[in-house]
Amino acid sequence: MNELVNFTIDKKECMSTKGKYLVDAAAENGIYIPTLCNITGIQPRGACRLCTVKVNGKLTTACTTPVYNNMEVENESPELQDLRKSIIELMFADGNHYCPYCEKSGDCELQAIAYRYRVTVPRFPYSFPKREIEAGHPLLAKDHNRCILCKRCIKAVKDDDGRSIFAFARRSHKLTISVDTRLSHVMSPEKAAYAAEICPVGAILLKGAAFKKPIGERKYDKKPIGTELEM
Amino acid sequence: MINSLNSIINKYDADPTRLMDILIDVQHKYDCISDEAVTFLADKLNLSEVDIEQTLSFYHFLSKETRGKYTVYLNNSAVAGMFGREAVAKAFEETSGCRFGEVSSDGLIGLFDTSCIGMNDQEPAAIINGTVFTRLTPFRVREIVNGLRKGLDPVDLQDVGLGDGNNNLDIIGAVVNNNIMKIGPVLSRDYKPGEAIRKIIQMSPEEVIREVKHSNIRGRGGAGFPTALKWEFCRNAPGSKRYIFCNADEGEPGTFKDRVILTELPLLLFEGMVVSGYAVGAEEGILYLRYEYKYLQKFLESILKMARRMRYLGKNILGKEGFHFDIRIQFGAGAYVCGEESALIESAEGKRGEPRDRPPFPVEKGYLNQPTVVNNVETLCAAVKVVLKGGEWYRKLGTHDSTGTKLLSVSGDCRFPGVYEVEWGFNVSQILEMVGAEEVQAVQVGGPSGTCVGPEDFNRTLCYTDLATGGSLIIIGKNRDLLRDIVLNFTDFFIEESCGSCTPCRVLTVMMRDKLQKILDGKGCSKDLEDLEDWGKLMRANRCGLGHTAPNPILTSLKNFRHLYEGLIPGKRGFDTGFRMEEALAEGRSLRLEQLKLQDHE
Repeated sequence: MNELVNFTIDKKECMSTKGKYLVDAAAENGIYIPTLCNITGIQPRGACRLCTVKVNGKLTTACTTPVYNNMEVENESPELQDLRKSIIELMFADGNHYCPYCEKSGDCELQAIAYRYRVTVPRFPYSFPKREIEAGHPLLAKDHNRCILCKRCIKAVKDDDGRSIFAFARRSHKLTISVDTRLSHVMSPEKAAYAAEICPVGAILLKGAAFKKPIGERKYDKKPIGTELEM
Repeated sequence: MINSLNSIINKYDADPTRLMDILIDVQHKYDCISDEAVTFLADKLNLSEVDIEQTLSFYHFLSKETRGKYTVYLNNSAVAGMFGREAVAKAFEETSGCRFGEVSSDGLIGLFDTSCIGMNDQEPAAIINGTVFTRLTPFRVREIVNGLRKGLDPVDLQDVGLGDGNNNLDIIGAVVNNNIMKIGPVLSRDYKPGEAIRKIIQMSPEEVIREVKHSNIRGRGGAGFPTALKWEFCRNAPGSKRYIFCNADEGEPGTFKDRVILTELPLLLFEGMVVSGYAVGAEEGILYLRYEYKYLQKFLESILKMARRMRYLGKNILGKEGFHFDIRIQFGAGAYVCGEESALIESAEGKRGEPRDRPPFPVEKGYLNQPTVVNNVETLCAAVKVVLKGGEWYRKLGTHDSTGTKLLSVSGDCRFPGVYEVEWGFNVSQILEMVGAEEVQAVQVGGPSGTCVGPEDFNRTLCYTDLATGGSLIIIGKNRDLLRDIVLNFTDFFIEESCGSCTPCRVLTVMMRDKLQKILDGKGCSKDLEDLEDWGKLMRANRCGLGHTAPNPILTSLKNFRHLYEGLIPGKRGFDTGFRMEEALAEGRSLRLEQLKLQDHE
């Protein structure tokens, strides 16, 4: 699998190993493609659609598409930038995201990406949904208001027997993440911390840990998201 | 309960990939899948409770709460609405004493809406505990509900007479009509069971694929992928086992041709699966059958049994050494998206029917991660004829790039709704003449996911390069309110049936619907029309065909019937010119009132 391939992103010559997912191959070449649902190393699931690019003229998600030789990728065209911006706006309009008092502010990837894409007022009407906060789990709180249903927790956090602690429930606009009550009660603190850490927004919160790191010293407070890999 | 749950689990070898079958059996036995059952199943299958609920809560016909001793699923497709659904629904509510979405207080009757059940040529129709009732009227509803109250079984209430053809057999016994209106090579009466199998076992699998390739036949589900290529890719993909799926999940509102094939020519279909299995090198075939057609289960199983007896299925088929193939039926449980091939595979593996990312394609990594072919019912039937009569014969039918015939499911405002097998290349006007439709306002070609065309497009032809269709043709007369009765209904359908995974599909379809409602309420402005067009384009970012086509009812009607939208915009205004103070403040006021009440209470 170590075969090298040449491809282009926005006409820039890139090189990577065959079969690597485009989003990671782009990062190797100093190009940032925004994602909210992807975690490197875990089977991708193209849920948020934010990493949508055009490969040989067709829309596809960079997190699920392996690179191959002579692939032509369009990443930062005005059309794609606007598509991504509208997906971010959709997420804000669909949930209740109040950054000023959210525990995740500054570490939140949705917030950071919104800044990067200069989101001000969404073009879509806010739906102001009425959603629950589940506080009954011993180590975690699940705030459905902020959940963007990216599936990270579902894919990355399982118990030792491979059973799901987080799973989808229902479908359509009624889709939610449910937390397994029995398993959440025997979850290790490390696993709980991991779940909170990989949540790109403030939907999974570790109890008793909010604001341990002060605002101003958080991940995206100093440098915008993506700049760490851009050349 | 424990004993019977155990026996259900054991029936499927406690295999979590058979979770769909297990849940369907539990639901069938207890009218619901209770918390206790969920916990029990989770422990026995080594899954968590949320794993079980993830699948359970995805499907329309599975439920944690009881849905009544008799559960009425009344079709809410647009065509049902055209033929008096509202009065029928009202009669159900009055006689049952509960609203839709509820169970009557005595627990006897539950009333629920459901997406198209494949009876569009005999609407309004409903399924009551697996028994189909067609051509309902308020009078019939009162008879049925009174009968149920008297303790009669739904099966005993079919006293209006059974349908035609095999519907009349005891083993089916359904008040469903085939309404076969035009016969072609696929539906023809000259079918002799086993002939194609006898022929292919004299050929190599590669020769079979070559013959099918020569016919140029493409998938009949709507996407139109070349069938032989699919078989070839699957045959050549590395894997320890291969699988043939027949996609009998026809859920596109207005489609019912597969139901007719399953009723009249099941052996033809199974023979098609055997042919496909031989070509691909698969030993296992799975018929993924929509739950709405569960009334055909016993019949289909009896046909499978017969096929095994005739040695069309089983080991060393018709004496061909090493040629093994058998078929089982896998039921869905109410989800349109499972008609998408990768969602169908997920569902057959016991999971929620969420489409997969591609690559890899199912032909490389499909069912249980093995190379898998998913073919439409009609495709497999046509393949049998191709094998028998040759690819050269087949490609002379139809047009250059759309060879062969297509089964159309015709419904709506016409005199002769039903199934028509026609060669590709007919134009819309010819079809309308054929089915007896005059005074036509619009034709919905390909169901809600297709295109809504008006008279200026009636000269366009049905083929993959112009008006592609999986077969649903809904005719909408001039007297209909196109936007309210059709477009809004179709958009609601997509909202309900989205798997919810992709953000635009989950969120934007609802917003587009709200915007359409705003326009219908006379509150729209021309900016709203631009928004609908712009927002519709974003839906291309979704993963699957459902997500891509969900805005089509609005987009294609906006393109072809723009005057209807514009006529609803008062004074042709360009933007919202004001707001209603009372409405804007209503929520704040109600919260304030609640607060005052709480203070009083304290």
